[in-house]
Amino acid sequence: MNIESKVRNRALAGKLGAACLLSAALNAAAADDWKNPVLDKYPTAAVATSGISVGDNYVTVGQLHSISGTMAISETGSVEAERLAIKQINDMGGVLGRKIKIIQEDGASDWPTFAEKAKKLLVQDKVASVFGCWTSASRKAVLPIFEKENGMLYYPTFYEGLEASKNVIYTGQEATQQILWGLDWAYAQGCRTFYLIGSDYIWPRTSNKIARRHIEEHLKGCKVVGEDYYPLGHTSFGSLINKVKLKKPDCIYSIVVGGSNVSWYKQLHAAGITGESLAKKNKLLLTISTTEDEILGIGGENCEGFYACMKYFQSLGNENNVKFVEAFKDMWGDDSVIGDVTQAAYLGPWLWKATVEKAGSFDIDNVATASEDVEFTGAPEGYVRIADNHHLWSKARIGKMLKNGQFEMIAESDELIEPNPFPEGYK
Amino acid sequence: MQGFAGLSQFSVFLLMALGLAIIFGQMKVINMAHGEFLTAGAYTTVVISDLVTKYCPSLLPYYFIFAIIMAFVVAFLLGYLVEFMLVRHLYHRALDTLLATWGVSMIMQQGFRFIFGGREDSAILPEWLMGSWSPTDTIDIPLNGLFLLGTSIVMTLLVAFLMHRSRWGLNVRATVQNREMANAVGINTKKVDRVTFALGCGIAGIAGAVFTTIGSVSPAAGSLYIVDTFIVVVFGGAGSLLGTVLAAFSIAQSQSILEFFLSGVLAKVWVLAIVVGILMIKPQGLIANRVRK
Repeated sequence: MNIESKVRNRALAGKLGAACLLSAALNAAAADDWKNPVLDKYPTAAVATSGISVGDNYVTVGQLHSISGTMAISETGSVEAERLAIKQINDMGGVLGRKIKIIQEDGASDWPTFAEKAKKLLVQDKVASVFGCWTSASRKAVLPIFEKENGMLYYPTFYEGLEASKNVIYTGQEATQQILWGLDWAYAQGCRTFYLIGSDYIWPRTSNKIARRHIEEHLKGCKVVGEDYYPLGHTSFGSLINKVKLKKPDCIYSIVVGGSNVSWYKQLHAAGITGESLAKKNKLLLTISTTEDEILGIGGENCEGFYACMKYFQSLGNENNVKFVEAFKDMWGDDSVIGDVTQAAYLGPWLWKATVEKAGSFDIDNVATASEDVEFTGAPEGYVRIADNHHLWSKARIGKMLKNGQFEMIAESDELIEPNPFPEGYK
Repeated sequence: MQGFAGLSQFSVFLLMALGLAIIFGQMKVINMAHGEFLTAGAYTTVVISDLVTKYCPSLLPYYFIFAIIMAFVVAFLLGYLVEFMLVRHLYHRALDTLLATWGVSMIMQQGFRFIFGGREDSAILPEWLMGSWSPTDTIDIPLNGLFLLGTSIVMTLLVAFLMHRSRWGLNVRATVQNREMANAVGINTKKVDRVTFALGCGIAGIAGAVFTTIGSVSPAAGSLYIVDTFIVVVFGGAGSLLGTVLAAFSIAQSQSILEFFLSGVLAKVWVLAIVVGILMIKPQGLIANRVRK
């Protein structure tokens, strides 16, 4: 598994570069030779009135992720998924008969750079839409610019909520669709005591705040027996594991991120806390921060039998997903791994296409208004619909980690869950 | 059980600090790249682990010992090179060694990123290092923790022997005390410096190899440890091996005990506050070198 991950790393850089060149060539060809069949129905003067970059044969969009710096590895999956979606849309004839041209900018894992590049994309390139960002910090940095310059951002990461904007479509799940549903599931499994663990920054702290409220006020007879944070990159969890052993929580609720994950699961395993040993005592470990991508580094044998609450797993068996995984591997290599956020990024271009076609216009104001109730039946996660608060109606799922680094889905919500970024009483 | 959490933290600190205690304590070189030599050792282990998995999986149970030795060799050679190209021009200018080695650390970090990519990586552990030893039902002592402890004890004894019982250690101490005089009596001080520096780096490499059993490897992994390590060395009294051991022990134990009763973040704050407090009273650290003035 380690070898695979490294082969992938080294291949990625090359592949991305090649893909950029390739798509640039495709775009150029598209703009020149493409005979637009729907021009009569959608003349450019009518579908783009506000000066955004739309021609008779093309429409320009921006892609704003970190290609370099510490976040590059996480965001690479999103870049790949968005490019796959755009390629597929172009192969189908584009949006309103116009092929999509991509202008890619690198946020370089640096929030001021994100802001600067967002401004460049909106003011100078006048793109019709931007797909990008990953961390909440980068989103917060570009948000005022998107609102001031009236742009449209499709943001793919699951996040802490407490935000909604006319200029952003959130294609990942917000807190209530992940945290509350996951905790309810744990409750149904018989968990009554919870130990909250997180890395020390905004997302885990806010998420645990919401989790604590839910446990203490909404789950009957439940309580939080401990809450602990460790700095990003922390590697010794010995004392924490002892505390957990002492408090004997029914549910270890973990939001450890990044490299700390590896130490955390390795040391849990070494201390005798495994999926198997917990299951024997009717206890469990539930995480909202570990996806297929992280397990690649942790090693499946260290986290086998633990649970994660996500809306998407690579192993989902529905028809859309089978096709998606196949297309993704075709484009980006057989050893690629697809995590929750990668799938959410894939939704962005498709939802934008559907919205533009519904609005019959590329103009941001029209797209923003038309977004409500736009649906995407081809979503790998099944089916999604945009709510009036610009978040998605989507399902929540529980996956059990397997030794091979994949998840086995063992539970999913019956209905689509309504997104609620400002849950009552959690603010 | 909790005592063991402290012990394993202690062995982490000690193993990290050993190399630095030699370089900083004996040579007065502030080696900011110490963490990167550790990372070099860790990556050596990962590469060897991958090669073994790919080409001869049957050797998996034994490769780790070999990986430790290779980690030492790689870090030793890198250290030798850095000393030769950079550090030797900067003796007598302690602050400049800080800047120069800081630069080296950044170059090495980017180098790792370039070669291995930015993703967290980890070595495949041999079976005998996984799991735990449970004398009773409630006690689980992690085997990798025991291994860590064992390694750091062996390494400390080795270093102590080298410094205080061998001819070479005598040369090092002589060079540190009075370079001109040491030169005059026929000690090749340049060579002593180079090997001392390289040895410190090599020990960091060993630490890196051993740390793959408890954590992940990434280009910035070393920088996570460097602050703690300097605190241990300075707190112990630079140059004193016994002081380093004492400092590592007291910091590790107090941190893990505080972590147990307070939160993880708060524990760190308290430990640092206590260290600063003690250093204000004893600026030379716990055990000061007796120096003739």
